[in-house]
Amino acid sequence: MISALLVQACQMALVVLLAPLLTGLIRKVKARLLRRQGPSLIQPYRDLLRLFRKEAVVAENASWLFRVAPYLIFASTWVAAAVIPTFATGLIFSWTADLIAIIALLGSARFFLALAGMDVGTSFGGIGSSREAMIATLAEPSMLLIIFALALVAGSTQLSTIAAFMSSPAVGLRVSLAIALVALVMVAIAENARIPVDNPATHLELTMVHEAMVLEYSGRHLAMIELAASLKLLLYISLIACIFVPWKLAAAEAGPAAYLAGFIAYLAKLAIAGTLLALFETSFAKMRVFRVPEFLGAALMLALLATLLRFVSRSL
Amino acid sequence: MTSLVVILSCIAMFLVTGGLAVLMSRSHRATPVIYCLSLLTSAAAFVTSLAQLATSFVNAPTLVLPIGLPWLGTHFRLDALSSLFLLVANLGCLLSSLYGLGYGRHEHAPHRVLPFFPAFIAGMNLVLLADDAFTFLISWEFMSLASWALVMAHHRNADNRRAGYLYIIMASFGTLALLLAFGLLAGRDGAYNFAAMRAAEHAPLMAGLVLILLLLGAGSKAGLVPLHVWLPLAHPAAPSHVSALMSGVMTKIAIYGFIRVTFDLLGAPMWWSGLIVLLLGAVTAALGILHALMERDLKRLLAYSTIENIGVIFVSLGLALTFKANGMGLAAALALTAALFHVFNHSLFKSLLFFGAGAVLTATGERDMEKLGGLIHRMPVTSFTFLVGCVAISALPPFNGFASEWLAFQAILQSPDLPQWALKIAVPAVGGLLALSAALAAACFIKVFGITFLGRPRTPAASEVPEVDRFSLGAMCVLAGLCLLAGILPGIVIDGVSPVVSSLIGDRMPVQMDIPWLSIVPIAESRSSYNGLLIFLFITVSASATIFVVHRYASRALRRSAAWDCGFPENSPSTQYTAGSFAQPVRRVFGTLAMRARERVDMPAPGDLRPAAFSVEQHDLIWEGLYVPIVGAVGFAADKLNRLQFLSIRRYLSLVFLALVLLLLVLALWS
Repeated sequence: MISALLVQACQMALVVLLAPLLTGLIRKVKARLLRRQGPSLIQPYRDLLRLFRKEAVVAENASWLFRVAPYLIFASTWVAAAVIPTFATGLIFSWTADLIAIIALLGSARFFLALAGMDVGTSFGGIGSSREAMIATLAEPSMLLIIFALALVAGSTQLSTIAAFMSSPAVGLRVSLAIALVALVMVAIAENARIPVDNPATHLELTMVHEAMVLEYSGRHLAMIELAASLKLLLYISLIACIFVPWKLAAAEAGPAAYLAGFIAYLAKLAIAGTLLALFETSFAKMRVFRVPEFLGAALMLALLATLLRFVSRSL
Repeated sequence: MTSLVVILSCIAMFLVTGGLAVLMSRSHRATPVIYCLSLLTSAAAFVTSLAQLATSFVNAPTLVLPIGLPWLGTHFRLDALSSLFLLVANLGCLLSSLYGLGYGRHEHAPHRVLPFFPAFIAGMNLVLLADDAFTFLISWEFMSLASWALVMAHHRNADNRRAGYLYIIMASFGTLALLLAFGLLAGRDGAYNFAAMRAAEHAPLMAGLVLILLLLGAGSKAGLVPLHVWLPLAHPAAPSHVSALMSGVMTKIAIYGFIRVTFDLLGAPMWWSGLIVLLLGAVTAALGILHALMERDLKRLLAYSTIENIGVIFVSLGLALTFKANGMGLAAALALTAALFHVFNHSLFKSLLFFGAGAVLTATGERDMEKLGGLIHRMPVTSFTFLVGCVAISALPPFNGFASEWLAFQAILQSPDLPQWALKIAVPAVGGLLALSAALAAACFIKVFGITFLGRPRTPAASEVPEVDRFSLGAMCVLAGLCLLAGILPGIVIDGVSPVVSSLIGDRMPVQMDIPWLSIVPIAESRSSYNGLLIFLFITVSASATIFVVHRYASRALRRSAAWDCGFPENSPSTQYTAGSFAQPVRRVFGTLAMRARERVDMPAPGDLRPAAFSVEQHDLIWEGLYVPIVGAVGFAADKLNRLQFLSIRRYLSLVFLALVLLLLVLALWS
């Protein structure tokens, strides 16, 4: 019991501590690909610390919702990230939320972020919130259909069970899983406001979504939101990793050696995924905002196809 | 037996209260007296139905009164299904009366509302107790007429008169369809007693016909597409606490009627009947919420969102029917539980949201969102409870809307085992539509809360408003608390509806309250589980811990300053995003197909001094494609028949003679 709680606590600390590092890694790789030196890997930590120490400047007519929202957004993202198997399955609280609930928790975070964008009453916040809502209306159903496809393959919506099933030889090569993976990557890119859907590096473009919503934030509030955004990226990468590359995931009560192996494997997975994302982002241009529905519509159709295949045949 | 008598006396008491309201007419004490009496009576009915639901239903109490048709009498029965819906209905009526105590004070014509309010409640309760077709239809019509009178309370407004006209046409049409459905169910011998219908065998063709008539009858009352057109007009036209009752409770009475016939009276269902219900529900959910998203009138938006939730409930009911038809008892129990749970949830949060809209209406005199804004500063309690309602209806954890949608998704995941190919193709598509409408609902309620309560006031009416009275706030706080409770302790509700499920399906979900940590587990823990309580605790604890750590060890300094204006010092509230502009991206993505929305930008050439113009054109395809032709055909026929009014006496006499001959011929051929 104690050790299980300890593993769970490690997991919660781990995701928060690693999230800025992942962001730093992606920025570094992107900079190197552009032949720039780039900031150091730990620059995101320094940025966060500096933001935390600064005073928060809040617009005159901002309400309590504006000040509470960053903490709620961070807490929901954190709770969602805490139940995803990163280095070990069978976390003690893994049964509190299945995959559907995890996605819904991220939905709660988005709900409050979009509201916070509209709180001050500037056109920038509104543009960001309304576009975020539009992206969500396509990304969420795609995600749910992907979950359906996965759940029908593994016979469960419980992530630990899905990961255990995926690492067993019963999986084999399946068309539906391949399609689901493509759709999941597309949704993850859109959800995390990465290129080609949104540009995380700019505050200046009028096509921006996520950065427009948080334009009014500063100081500790901005730090919470930035941390939540990094955490969400880590969450999606962990999700893809634990479903599609569940190797070296330690089972429940596996002992320190297995945990260590799982941890090292997890770091490697993060590094590879981060590098791939950076490669992908440097080789694509950002889309116009009304091309995004086509991109996500393709993800939705792929996810529907994956689910349909599972309904039609057990072996696909 | 006693509980049935208690509830019947409550109904009598409601009718007496209605009569009292007529007597007191314009006395200024009428409002508190009538709402107090309604409140106490519905509280009594609520407690009785709760107690009845907690006891076993081995023998459902029945009662036959020697009134009504001489050879039939009036049958009443209080079984598990009735008790559950009585509970939901009377909870809504109780809180609506409480709200009315405060809200009713602002009513300028109370004598048009007070007599009909208790009568409406009495009608809804009577439908739930009826145990023969005659009593059911009489009560149903009584409920429709009482609610129609409430819709027409402010009849000097031309829009309300139009809404009332459309409502009464659709309500009469619905009752007609129900009348025919019960006629078919009664069979040749005219067995109008529900017990006899339950015992009778129904041929598949007959059962299909009954189902279609039922979908027309109960579906038009519930707001099933394409019979929903009256709902977004009529529900908002009534005073807000009545809107809450119509949207939160009366639509549930329609669902009760549907469940009563399909699951109880009609015998074993056919799989295709489930398919029809499933598809109708999915289309209703998606179209309803899409229309809601485009709406700028706060109350009408809520009415459209009711249509969406009805769709969600019908999807679960359709799943339950298909599972039951294929003998998959556990899955059917899961789907029916999801439907009943959503019935309960929707009655809570839709009442809450209509109360909130009523509070905004009282404070500002506005229903148009484009004229509101910034109310969170001046109506703190209303805005907080409204926010809870928005989160709950958007199906976000840890509130109740998520728990029931989660169960519905779990039910969908049981469906690959279905043998029919049509279902194998349809169910994933339905699942996608359900997920789409959940996401659209979240977008819709971001818009509602963001435009109405956040930002800066768009008109002077919205800038200087007081918070509403304590009765209204009390009703809203109770509902918000219930939304949270049902969300974090869903096991209680699931166990509460399990007698209903086992009486209708013959199977039930596992007992949830025995599961450690109060999780809910529909099938087995390895397949899926959800724990709202722990999620709520985790979010609260981690958010408060973060706040504490940040404020203690980092910085707690705060400075107020002007918002970033992008270098344009023009600080008018009209620079904010509006409801229309918020919905624009979604309209471009979904509206071009679903409502033929077109945007026109008229941009003058450089040097031309006329202003640029932007206009949006969108259509209600169902109204234009279905109702306009029908109205046209009726008008055409009426014009043609009008000539019969101006015939000479000889022609009238020959017409009478011909009719007589024709009837005699028919009679001769018949026998």
